[in-house]
Amino acid sequence: MYYDDIVAISTPPGEGGIAIIRLSGSDVISKVDSIFRPYKLNVDIKEKPSFTLTLGWIIDESSDIIDEVLVSIMRGPNSYTGEDVIEINCHGGTLPAKRCLEEVLKTGARIAEPGEFTKRAFLNGRLDVSQAEAVIEIIRSKTNKGLKLAVKQLTGKNSELINRLEDQLIELNAMVEASLDFPDDVGDLDISAASEIISKAIEQIDKLLVAAKRAEIYRDGIKVVICGKPNVGKSSLLNVLLRKDRAIVTNIPGTTRDVIEDYINIRGIPVKLMDTAGIRLTDDFVEKIGVERSREVIEEADLVVFVLDVETGITEEDLAIFQDIENSNVIILVNKEDLEEKRISDLDLQGDLAKFHIIRGSIKDEVGLDELETTMENMILSGEVESDEMELMINLRQKNSLLQAKKHLEDTLGSIDILPLDCISIDVWGALEALGEITGKNLKEDVLERIFSNFCIGK
Amino acid sequence: MKIYDAGSYDIIVIGAGHAGCEAALAAARIGCKTLLVTLSMESIAMMDCNPSVGGPAKAQLVREIDALGGEMAKLIDKTNLQIRLINTGKGPAVQALRGQIDKHEYHQEMLKVLLQEENLDVMMAEVEEIKVNNQKVTGIITKTGARYNCKKVIMTSGTYLKGRIVIGNLAFEGGPANQFPAIKLSDNLRQLGFKLGRFKTGTPPRIDRKSVDFSKMLEQPGDEEDYRFSFISSSNNRPQLSCWLTHSNPQTHQLVMDNLDRAPMYSGIIKGKGPSYCPAFEDKVVRFSHKDAHQLFIEPEGRTTDEMYIQGLNTSLPEDVQIKVLHSIVGLENARIIRTGYAIEYDYLFPSQLQVTLETKLIEGLYTAGQVNGTSGYEEAAAQGLIAGINAALNIQEKEPLVLKRSEAYIGVLIDDLLTGEIDEPYRLLTSRAEYRLILRQDNADLRLTEIGRKVGLVDDFRWTTFQAKKEILEKEISHLQNSTYTPGDKVISDFLANRKLTPLKDRISLWELLRRPEILINDFVELGLVQPNNHAILEQLQIQSKYEGYIKKQQEQVKRFEKMENRLLPDDIDYADVYSLSSEALQKLKQIRPVSIGQASRIFGVDPADINVLLIYLEKEKRK
Repeated sequence: MYYDDIVAISTPPGEGGIAIIRLSGSDVISKVDSIFRPYKLNVDIKEKPSFTLTLGWIIDESSDIIDEVLVSIMRGPNSYTGEDVIEINCHGGTLPAKRCLEEVLKTGARIAEPGEFTKRAFLNGRLDVSQAEAVIEIIRSKTNKGLKLAVKQLTGKNSELINRLEDQLIELNAMVEASLDFPDDVGDLDISAASEIISKAIEQIDKLLVAAKRAEIYRDGIKVVICGKPNVGKSSLLNVLLRKDRAIVTNIPGTTRDVIEDYINIRGIPVKLMDTAGIRLTDDFVEKIGVERSREVIEEADLVVFVLDVETGITEEDLAIFQDIENSNVIILVNKEDLEEKRISDLDLQGDLAKFHIIRGSIKDEVGLDELETTMENMILSGEVESDEMELMINLRQKNSLLQAKKHLEDTLGSIDILPLDCISIDVWGALEALGEITGKNLKEDVLERIFSNFCIGK
Repeated sequence: MKIYDAGSYDIIVIGAGHAGCEAALAAARIGCKTLLVTLSMESIAMMDCNPSVGGPAKAQLVREIDALGGEMAKLIDKTNLQIRLINTGKGPAVQALRGQIDKHEYHQEMLKVLLQEENLDVMMAEVEEIKVNNQKVTGIITKTGARYNCKKVIMTSGTYLKGRIVIGNLAFEGGPANQFPAIKLSDNLRQLGFKLGRFKTGTPPRIDRKSVDFSKMLEQPGDEEDYRFSFISSSNNRPQLSCWLTHSNPQTHQLVMDNLDRAPMYSGIIKGKGPSYCPAFEDKVVRFSHKDAHQLFIEPEGRTTDEMYIQGLNTSLPEDVQIKVLHSIVGLENARIIRTGYAIEYDYLFPSQLQVTLETKLIEGLYTAGQVNGTSGYEEAAAQGLIAGINAALNIQEKEPLVLKRSEAYIGVLIDDLLTGEIDEPYRLLTSRAEYRLILRQDNADLRLTEIGRKVGLVDDFRWTTFQAKKEILEKEISHLQNSTYTPGDKVISDFLANRKLTPLKDRISLWELLRRPEILINDFVELGLVQPNNHAILEQLQIQSKYEGYIKKQQEQVKRFEKMENRLLPDDIDYADVYSLSSEALQKLKQIRPVSIGQASRIFGVDPADINVLLIYLEKEKRK
């Protein structure tokens, strides 16, 4: 087999029933095997025959579950590309598929070039000669589209950031290479100056990544779940936030039997707001389903608003719910502060609860809601982004390149005063090459030019 | 002029500089009857510019030339004034020997070698015409009317093609060091259809040793160590001569600025593009106006001459300004010029007209090598000469040509760059041009290339047995180090680590693994009696191969991926106009350059990844036809 392992999300972006991640190459089965836990313990996808489906989970390095998936195996040469092909069927929506893809990338597969699956299919004899031109058209159109998008994205502030980063990396490479190739003129590498450039470059990359993340949030929105025991005021909160009557608000526990969702806009960020069925111990079958669904929703949520009731105090039920949400991003809203009799004291909110942001207020009187929105905004955006509009839409390939560049720079920083410079230079070049994959430029000549403009070479 | 028939050769080499000498020797040694034609017997293998060879990338080249059976390294070892190892603290990939050379001795030694070579004749003449029939070389004609028939011509004419010397406002036709230029040959090449460009380079004034005050300068002695360029030279016990360091100063720079109107680079007399890695002194002063001192190295040109070279002061300023500039410099207050510095402009062939064998695409049997291909440097020239000589000879013998990949040798990087790159100034090899420099080291050039040299027919029995013996010992020692393991309880190692205050062993470990620790050197093992005190080259190999094993393996992985695309060959007869959907720029470049492989095509400026896919699909389509 000629080729390395490639991967891409092959279903169109956006909300759909499922998303498919497709891999092709000589080592894809064992790569997927390393991040896949089959539902049945005795199942091994490496042993499974071609054209079979296997149920299981994609897991990360700490064995946490990313998504429940179906893995289909098609062994070469009788597959679309003629190589071993795996398709991972994830749950719909961009997020689960993206998270799975990130895990796949960690195994060393790379993101496919535009039209690459089709290209391989052709080169491996799976497509007829008469289709050659059609294959070329596919590659050309996808490449052009991709390029146009990339160019469009890299304008204004973003391109400024990218240019600055490019400039820093060229500078860094020039310093290193000049010291290696012109020792008489340049002398040894100034390690502190180089380290400073590296730190700055990493800072730029982080800014870009945060900007990208923020853009992603603005584009895709986030999921916020409201939870709490029955009758604590979840639906009222949802209503207030929605400013419309969507959920039925009563004081009979268990009225809200399913998850109710709607979209609102908090300070410009699209938020998918979800009210869970009042989670409680129940024998009611319908309600049981609702409770289970709630737990799933909590797991997927980016942010959880946990509502407590001053009237009841912190109950067993609250503590049970708390166990489910403990590992999420949580804001605690202590409701019904308007009541005279308060059964939740500040002391009660210490201990495990104290690690979360706590707001005391009243949904009925709309007290504490501004604070809630501000807190939500801060938590979503991590408060790390400058408030000026820096919108950066980057695709996963570009994000991956940025992460690679960052990794190379961190490795450089870690070894700069230990290893000899020729070894260090491998990572320094690596960072520049990773950036070149975003900008589409080969920066080698730029480095040489920089050497001659920065340093007076000419012993 | 009456043309007379003067005889015939297999191969005729035009020009006896560093490219020409290696080309002629290689051709003759492989078994071809060879004639080397030079404009002057006195300028054979002359180092007309700086009296030094080696340094980063260039030392690697010299070692590669040596491993393949070339001459340069052996002569350096015989004729050097000093040898130093530079870049010692920066890792094995960039460590490089540099030698100061007695240029007269080098010339004489090369002359001896040439005259002693069995299949080789040397002759002084000016070649005015390359005879071509049906786009195929048939012979040459000299100025005096001699016609020699031949199967191959290797043109290594250096900076002589339409050479023009410039000093201030003075400009005249000439080759380096007051030699004749080759005028008619240049027109001949144009008539044959070649595209020529014009480059410029320069050289500093030479001064009289007796007029220099060395007491005001910093001495740079050679290294004590017994360094050798060639893998088969015996000890280099030549007495080492020193170089000297001084600096220019603001007064010097003011003098340059005051006379800029008389500097031909600025007055417009010089039009050719010079090398940015070797700028004229006046250019440095203008471009780096914030620097108030530039380094100047005073270097001896030989043991039997008083001429001293001033590294860093190449200039075409008028002679009177050159004198004033010199006298403004500490230690050179009374310096007396022996030869005036000058710039030289010359014609070169756009190297994209070459094939990977260094044969021209246009004329069958015509090869070019060295500065005429747009490069600079003795080492770059010699390397190309060697490859051209080998390939011309192999072709006559109907054998496979020698083509080195970028992953095999700096020679491969050099030739590939010439063919695919945009050469818009004299090309110099740099380690940064090599993607896999951790593999392409000067210390392992013999391991990389001796077998190839043997196969080609240039590695003689002495070199071959020397190499095989070294390889055998090396393999034995590597397995010894890998198989000798020690536990924390073993006294030899634990005492050694304790004495040196190093972290003690935790588990059983081999010497090979232990050697990876940065603070442990192979010589420690020698002292402990764990390794037989072998020769320096073996110990060096052991140390480098163990310490950098991780990085080397990583590069080897990269090389595997790289070579996949290098091995996907593009057929000679491919008609690019027939290839569906190439971009117009790619089409034009591919037609002109005609790369040998997909890999090489991908390095051509203007050929983008989509074009490469188009080519891959085209190849597959053709295959299935």
